[in-house]
Amino acid sequence: MENTRASSASAALAAAPRRKRGTPVEQRQSFLFLLPSLIAILIFVYGFISVTFYISLSNWRSAAPNWTLHTPLFEIYADLFSNTRFQIDLRNTVVFTLLFITMAVLLGLSLAIIIDYNRRWFAIPFFRNTFLFPYALSFIVTGVAWRWIFNPETGINLFFNILGINNLLAAQGMPPLKPGWTTDPSVVLSINNALSAVIPAAADWRVQLGIPVAIIPVAIAATWQLSGFVMAMYLGGMTTISMELREAARIDGATEWQIYRYIIIPSLAPVTISVIVILLHVSFKIFDLVFAMTGTGPAFATDMPSIFIFEQMFKGNKYNLGTAASIVMLILVALIIIPYLRSQRRGEDS
Amino acid sequence: MKARFLMMLVIVGALLSLVSGAVVAQDETVTGDLEVFSWWTSGGEAAALDALFAAMNASYPNVNIVNATVAGGGGSAARPVLQTRLAGGDPPDSWQVHPGWELFGQYVEPGYVAPVNDIYESEGWNDVVPEQLREMMSRDGNIYLVLAGVHRGNGFWYNKKVLDEQGITLGEALSVDEFFAIADQLQAADITPLCVGDSGIWATAQLLENTLLGVLGPEGYRGLWDGSVSFNSDEVKAAIAVYGRMLDYQNSDHSALSWDQAVDALMEGRCVFNSMGDWAYGEFVAAGKEDNVDFGWVSHPGSEGSFMVVADGFPMAAGAPNPAAAAGWLKAIGSVEAQEAFNPLKGSICARTDCNRESFGPYHNWAMDSFGSGELVATVVHGTAAPADFQQAMNDAVTLFVVDRDVDALAAALAEAAVSAGFASE
Repeated sequence: MENTRASSASAALAAAPRRKRGTPVEQRQSFLFLLPSLIAILIFVYGFISVTFYISLSNWRSAAPNWTLHTPLFEIYADLFSNTRFQIDLRNTVVFTLLFITMAVLLGLSLAIIIDYNRRWFAIPFFRNTFLFPYALSFIVTGVAWRWIFNPETGINLFFNILGINNLLAAQGMPPLKPGWTTDPSVVLSINNALSAVIPAAADWRVQLGIPVAIIPVAIAATWQLSGFVMAMYLGGMTTISMELREAARIDGATEWQIYRYIIIPSLAPVTISVIVILLHVSFKIFDLVFAMTGTGPAFATDMPSIFIFEQMFKGNKYNLGTAASIVMLILVALIIIPYLRSQRRGEDS
Repeated sequence: MKARFLMMLVIVGALLSLVSGAVVAQDETVTGDLEVFSWWTSGGEAAALDALFAAMNASYPNVNIVNATVAGGGGSAARPVLQTRLAGGDPPDSWQVHPGWELFGQYVEPGYVAPVNDIYESEGWNDVVPEQLREMMSRDGNIYLVLAGVHRGNGFWYNKKVLDEQGITLGEALSVDEFFAIADQLQAADITPLCVGDSGIWATAQLLENTLLGVLGPEGYRGLWDGSVSFNSDEVKAAIAVYGRMLDYQNSDHSALSWDQAVDALMEGRCVFNSMGDWAYGEFVAAGKEDNVDFGWVSHPGSEGSFMVVADGFPMAAGAPNPAAAAGWLKAIGSVEAQEAFNPLKGSICARTDCNRESFGPYHNWAMDSFGSGELVATVVHGTAAPADFQQAMNDAVTLFVVDRDVDALAAALAEAAVSAGFASE
């Protein structure tokens, strides 16, 4: 939510001078008013990013600061990318992002359509708020609750006993259904063998490029928390689609499904882009949910770059390695956010 | 004549020491605040800390103790606070530290602590604190820490009832081969032999550490940390292979359990053995289990005769706000009286060899024998044997090993981390 607020605020800022440039005196005044925050941002954002980048090139690897530069200069980054754990983390980020965003967008859109479609029967505010409530919770709370739910001994696995599924399987002479969930270290759909046809070394990689099973429950928990937010964004977008448009379609003989398929969902495309960008940076930076729910997971199956940074810096005192990973994360997020902001700006200028 | 005079001196000296032992010497000249920083907040730990404060109050009645406790598991919340205060030049008078690299790397090298050689000399601790232990706290002839108590890290706990039912009795010691023979027998009876709770990865790293000690022996194990034994050597790989073989016998839900839940599983008989330091003993006592009836212990397979030191100590801050009170604090916690009060509550033994054994139960008397006569070796999992960056790299490598069991990859990762941490050459 904060981000939408921030982006609309920055959009307003960008828009302001275009409407009215003002006299030179006014311009100087507005610059003076902006100056304190400019200085603060220069120091506390860009200054600290620069210091972080400098540390990532230094020899600082203990509790006491060491500001000498490491030679060769970018070796820390080479170390980072050859670190098996970090390779796994990058894989996890990609897999988690794909799973989480797909599920959250589909579920959020479905909820929005159901509520929108049933606007006469359902009390819209009631269901909108019910689905939005998880978003108000802290990720830590969500993580702890879902850790209990997916505990293989005491969680939802008990339902397989209660519902008699395991008795049924036992009668067939089959082993009971007892998934390990977050404790399962296996990686499914690994493409290493397929890749090795192109890159022969892929067969020997320690990191399996596939879907770590343990990350699926984490993606489910994140989806549970954020799909309500996605739904609210879509519901907001739907209110901007005029009733006349729907009526016109109905008069032309479109079914309700066709109205959603060909009119409402296509007109929601800008909302979808905003939703995906917001979810992407949640997903890239996710820490608290994973930390509370699974930690690093078996064989780092649920480890994330943010946890890597935390442990290397504050447990291992490897400040140079941790800051190098932070810079990589910053670049990854920037790769998503900067094109988005630029496209937003272009939309305003035209 | 001369002999009689000497005799007299000895007798007078002995009498004097008796008197000073019976009546705690009070020093009322030391005043002001004493700030002690720790993260002992859970029941038994907090009570043990209070015992140290009581000893301090008894010796220095005019010092006001400020207990700067920051709650949070294992100091994860407290350490950043402490680090910030130290870096900002606002140190507490004393705080909680493990000996070894945690002390050297975090506090000695940046110059946050002062040597306490004079206290060791004035209190006569050089005679009662074992030399191997003092070495873990000394750099360049200076000693930087006073220990309040010592835990034994290489314990191997078992559910005695289950073993009795299977007709298995353990002797004084357990060799690696004997363990595997028993494990096979248990598995044949459909019983999980080994309890591990590695949701905090250090617990299985400790199993590796104990196995390295058990297979390499104390000399070989020490060699790992001074660079004379390479992690890539055949004997280390053999030890890692033993560790991997032990993991074949562990409970399937190990990654969902924490170390204490693994001890619970042992007590419930869901599995039989658990390799853990003697803080596990507190779990047995808290659950009302009886020594040598419900549960028993030996040294981790192959490690009898060695004592893996996991010690709790306090340093003196360099530039301590109240140096006289800080010196008094260290003298108080190093005393026999304070340690006899502190350790039964903390579940550890005295960091000196002259404590009264009667205040301790059968397990701790056994541990005291091992402490007095055994080889003292330093734990890596709890920060003594190697710097924090090695510890982190070891935890990372073990996390991968638990799943893929790649002995060569673990050995290579440890060897590389040892070079990078600076205690081994290429």
